[in-house]
Amino acid sequence: MQLEKFSYDNKIVKQFAYATMLWGLVGMLVGLIAALQLVFPALNFDLPYTSFGRLRPIHTNAVIFAFVGNGIFMGVYYSLQRLLKARMFSDFLSAIHFWGWQLIIVLAALSLALGYTTGKEYAELEWPIDILITLIWVVFGWNMFGTIIRRRERHLYVAIWFYIATLVTVAMLHIVNSIEIPVTLTKSYSWYAGVQDALVQWWYGHNAVAFFLTTPYLGLMYYFIPKAANRPVYSYRLSIIHFWALIFLYIWAGPHHLLYTAIPDWAQSLGVVFSFMLIAPSWGGMINGLLTLRGAWDKVREDIVLKFMVVAVTAYGMATFEGPMLSLKNVNAIAHFTDWIVAHVHVGALGWNGFLTFGILYYLIPKMFNTRLHSMKLANLHFWIGTLGILLYAVPMYWAGFMQSSMWKDFTPEGQLKWQFLDTVTKMMPFYAARAIGGTLYLTGVIIMTYNLIKTVKAGNFIANENAEAMALQGEYHAHSKDHWHRWIERKPVQFMVLSLVVVAIGGIIEFVPTFLVKSNIPTISSVKPYTPLELEGRDIYVREGCYTCHSQMIRPFRSETSRYGEYSKAGEFVYDHPFQWGSKRTGPDLAREGGKYPDSWHYNHMLEPNSMSPGSIMPTYSWLLDNDFNSAGIKGKIRAMQTLGVPYPEGYEDMAEKDMMKQAEQVAASLKKDGIETEPGKEIVALISYLQRLGKDIKNQSKAELKK
Amino acid sequence: MSVMFVLISASLVLALAFLAAFIWSVRSGQYEDDFTPSVRMLFEEKPSGPASETNSQPNNQTE
Repeated sequence: MQLEKFSYDNKIVKQFAYATMLWGLVGMLVGLIAALQLVFPALNFDLPYTSFGRLRPIHTNAVIFAFVGNGIFMGVYYSLQRLLKARMFSDFLSAIHFWGWQLIIVLAALSLALGYTTGKEYAELEWPIDILITLIWVVFGWNMFGTIIRRRERHLYVAIWFYIATLVTVAMLHIVNSIEIPVTLTKSYSWYAGVQDALVQWWYGHNAVAFFLTTPYLGLMYYFIPKAANRPVYSYRLSIIHFWALIFLYIWAGPHHLLYTAIPDWAQSLGVVFSFMLIAPSWGGMINGLLTLRGAWDKVREDIVLKFMVVAVTAYGMATFEGPMLSLKNVNAIAHFTDWIVAHVHVGALGWNGFLTFGILYYLIPKMFNTRLHSMKLANLHFWIGTLGILLYAVPMYWAGFMQSSMWKDFTPEGQLKWQFLDTVTKMMPFYAARAIGGTLYLTGVIIMTYNLIKTVKAGNFIANENAEAMALQGEYHAHSKDHWHRWIERKPVQFMVLSLVVVAIGGIIEFVPTFLVKSNIPTISSVKPYTPLELEGRDIYVREGCYTCHSQMIRPFRSETSRYGEYSKAGEFVYDHPFQWGSKRTGPDLAREGGKYPDSWHYNHMLEPNSMSPGSIMPTYSWLLDNDFNSAGIKGKIRAMQTLGVPYPEGYEDMAEKDMMKQAEQVAASLKKDGIETEPGKEIVALISYLQRLGKDIKNQSKAELKK
Repeated sequence: MSVMFVLISASLVLALAFLAAFIWSVRSGQYEDDFTPSVRMLFEEKPSGPASETNSQPNNQTE
């Protein structure tokens, strides 16, 4: 038995802690601005970089990957070292991980503001950043597994299992969902189209929630709650059972984001069943977290760390009860596309992720700086206005969502839709305002926390390398069972890791094979044709401006939707949509059958001044589309990329595309001229109008053709 | 709907990897003791010595 002396690296934890605070402030501030834009559209400032469609992805990416992401790394780097009784494998890898991740965040913010986006929610970053994310993630994994190999504690505490599951699954999700064909450095098309793209995207999207916002945070919960309460977790056995159940169930739940859409019914049912089962392991975690405090509730009254964590775990319990409920088709029919979902995710984000992060920060900073928290009063103030902020955010959003959905579905006794879509928007204003107040309170709390922690840091002495000692890992462990053929895997995790990488690689190869089969069994509709070059350009502008953040393109088969928007959407209509643009929120009306509803001039005026066409509209103006020229020379590369993806443009069409494009642009310009609008055909607005006028029309042509027969 | 094969195979590969990890963890004795680990993580072995300001007992420094 040999006692080894070593030290824990606190510097990397400190860096991630500072980054968490900084990006938390930035991400929440952007969110608040976006919330205010819905009340005061003037706050879009009539600038492309600050319009809602670009700010909203910046907000979601910032809070998920910058705030929560750095929060994960902060907590993992702190707890992993202590649980394994080993310093992080390599300080150099830690540094690459830290600076690489911050670089990704900065590039992400800049590129999204500039409109470089793939148009897939929570995976909006363009392909060079996707590659960078993959590399940095590998560095993180290398560092983590290196530490696990050099551990001095044979047993892997349950938190570490959560970290490993996070690492492996996020890697897989990110790679599969980010497969795209680059056109230029800043533009790519999703490899998948339409229904397939939607399935991949929400398989990713839901598991991003599961394995980025949930499993790592559960791991952190299993470390920091027992530590803060100074008592063991309620049931270690339960923690193991719920861990394995959670990771096995989560991966199948994705299709619940696509209920009543054009994906096959069996896939929808699969998603519902697995989502519903998820309530068991999710609540296993919540119960385990809360019951850890049994007999210690007096501490919760005193200890600010525990206060935050109790609210966090409670919010987790509420969100994971609500999630399975929202997955039931009848509930989903009401809640989908409304602010209800916004409330749901914010209970998770503000309550679970936010409050657990704050709890960890209040725990770590005084400890690492060998001092006491600067002010308990301020911390308590943060706790109360934060909690109040969550309530003020969530309650109006639930109300708004339910009300909006009811209005969408409301018919008069004569069988006519009772409300114009615009009515359902203007009625939301008080709720949006209340939500912004809730967000302001929450952000104020974070500012107070930041001040409090800066003061704490100033008063303390940072322990960059915390000394520790532990026994070296002793020989081999002998299980009570006999030796077995796969004994060699068990000896060290290296072999195991290599083996699992091989398995994953084989799986990776297998999974590509079907994607090369471009022809699939999606029912193709003969009248659905590829976009013309001008429409394709317009579609790229639609993606760039983030129109999907407010407009869906998916008419569900309900009478209330078919009477309002037209025939429900069919899978075959989306076969050329790289990426799909179904959206997840209807702040504005659905656009799946927008084509031909209004004259070209209506769209022109509407983009210039939405209020002139729809009084009371909260849509921002898009005046720059009237001034900017689209890049007609770039269409060649785009058409070629589409051909690679199997879109049936005739051979050699890429060379004629530009000519066709300008011809169609002149037709649009001529039609605008008839209504007294002078515009050059090369403007972006022309391309966008051509795309909007195409939406959902193909299938109408088909029914006309059938009628004539 | 060929992409379903991609997703299902990717999910299955992952599930199998997790299953392998589960089997490894059970066979290597990770779960033979389902109480001590929960207590052990509360202890932080600080080096004993005059310079050390904390003892080796778990303590709660968050007040």
